[in-house]
Amino acid sequence: MQVMMLIYEPADDFRARDGERPALIAAWRAYYRALVDAGVYVGGAPLEAPSTGATVRVHDGQRRVQDGPYADTKEQLGGQIILEVASLDAALDWAARCPTAATGAIEVRPVSPTVRDLVESPDGG
Amino acid sequence: MADDPRGVVEIVARESYGRLIAYLAARTGDVASAEDALADAFMAALRTWPADGVPAKPEAWLLTAARRRLIDRARHERMRAEVAPALRQLVREAEEMSEHEFPDERLKLLFVCAHPAIDRGMHTPLMLQVVLGLDAATIASAFLTSPAAMGQRLSRAKARIKETRIAFEEPDRRELAPRLDAVLEAIYAAYGSGWDDPAGSDPRRRGLAHEAVWLARTALQLMPGEPEARGLLALMLYCEARRPARRAANGDYVPMSEQDTGMWDRCLIDEAERELSAAAARQRAGRFQLEAALQSAHVEGARRGRIDWRAIAVLYEGLVRASPTVGAFVGRAAALGEAEAAAAGLAALDEIDAPSARTYQPYWAVRAHLLHRAGRERHALAAFDRAIGLTEDPATRQFLLRRRAAAGSSAAR
Repeated sequence: MQVMMLIYEPADDFRARDGERPALIAAWRAYYRALVDAGVYVGGAPLEAPSTGATVRVHDGQRRVQDGPYADTKEQLGGQIILEVASLDAALDWAARCPTAATGAIEVRPVSPTVRDLVESPDGG
Repeated sequence: MADDPRGVVEIVARESYGRLIAYLAARTGDVASAEDALADAFMAALRTWPADGVPAKPEAWLLTAARRRLIDRARHERMRAEVAPALRQLVREAEEMSEHEFPDERLKLLFVCAHPAIDRGMHTPLMLQVVLGLDAATIASAFLTSPAAMGQRLSRAKARIKETRIAFEEPDRRELAPRLDAVLEAIYAAYGSGWDDPAGSDPRRRGLAHEAVWLARTALQLMPGEPEARGLLALMLYCEARRPARRAANGDYVPMSEQDTGMWDRCLIDEAERELSAAAARQRAGRFQLEAALQSAHVEGARRGRIDWRAIAVLYEGLVRASPTVGAFVGRAAALGEAEAAAAGLAALDEIDAPSARTYQPYWAVRAHLLHRAGRERHALAAFDRAIGLTEDPATRQFLLRRRAAAGSSAAR
């Protein structure tokens, strides 16, 4: 099964990315290597800080754009990784090893194969 | 006993929960309904004791209340005919119990939880819930499982106990050895739950260590003649004794070779030594006695300022024969690397072909250490990365990052 790890980071960790804490980058590099070497890594992407982006809604024909993320919470989405694993339990093992687990939170969610098949099929399923 | 009814309920729940469940479930073969009935009895106690006062024998009172609840349910559900006589017997016994203590049948319950008909991975969670009364969410966190999934698995395991009519009895002599191993393994797994490395984890992340020691003491009290039960307790006591020294004041990880032995708990070590010699006197060595002996050798080495790695390697030879786990083989390789040369340890690591070694953090930590000692720095750096990437404990991760940086600077030279 495929699962996505949604990685939520506190503001400090976003700031530390500018080489301020080389140990954090080293830990992430090692974690990424371990995922690849274990054959579970499918893909993923780290995200720039929440303030660099914007959120869009078109509700009732009204466009609304706001700076930053949808909700202003202490921990913000910092990236995501998709894993191919045997079970949700196996994914939780990897989530616990994620360097950000010690300071932020890792949400682990199964990828929906049914919805993906419907969306990706050329004739609409 | 204290007068505060809520306090008494808490004490009874802590001290007698497993005994009460064991007593009820042994008579009906149904763990889940025993838990429900006892939960109702505890609720009733919290309701009535503050007004009526705490009964003279709180356990007997709870048993009577739980029994009543079981009978109500049996009537309601028209339970299988064969359960009815057992319940009648329960009524008689509960009535007599105002004079007598009720029997301790937790040992039967431990054997049921670790029964071969139950999925191996559920032995420890079942014990923690049924004998100690821990909730599914706590157990799920310790085992890195979602609470909903753990709850379902616990329910399924209890349904299986009932459906397959697993007998509440102590196994006979023929099957005692493997059944006892399963019970002790399950208790040890509780000790190791939630740890990257049981030999050196953060004191704040105690996991279920206290619960596991309590279970080990209970198992030994119920089976005083079993040297392996004594060996398991000794092993846990050695680990507990070193706990305060595993972290520096600033939270840094301290490897065993650099620990301040003055911070080790002397009382726990003395108790561990006593238990280990008592177990050894029976001359039936086993996996847990060997692991306790390994701990003892490290403690003795630290005391004399010189670790006898040859003796440790010999103990590991015995351990891999008694219990050929990846952990034992990695420990053996580490000992060979110290007793002989780094190359000998690396050769022993290369012989391990278990797929689980690929994601076993200690395998990579030992490999990195030995490669570094052998001067093979480039390979050491890759092994350090694997170890760091597989580490859950932040202090251990920081320690390995520092070691990697040191190896990296000698590689550059």
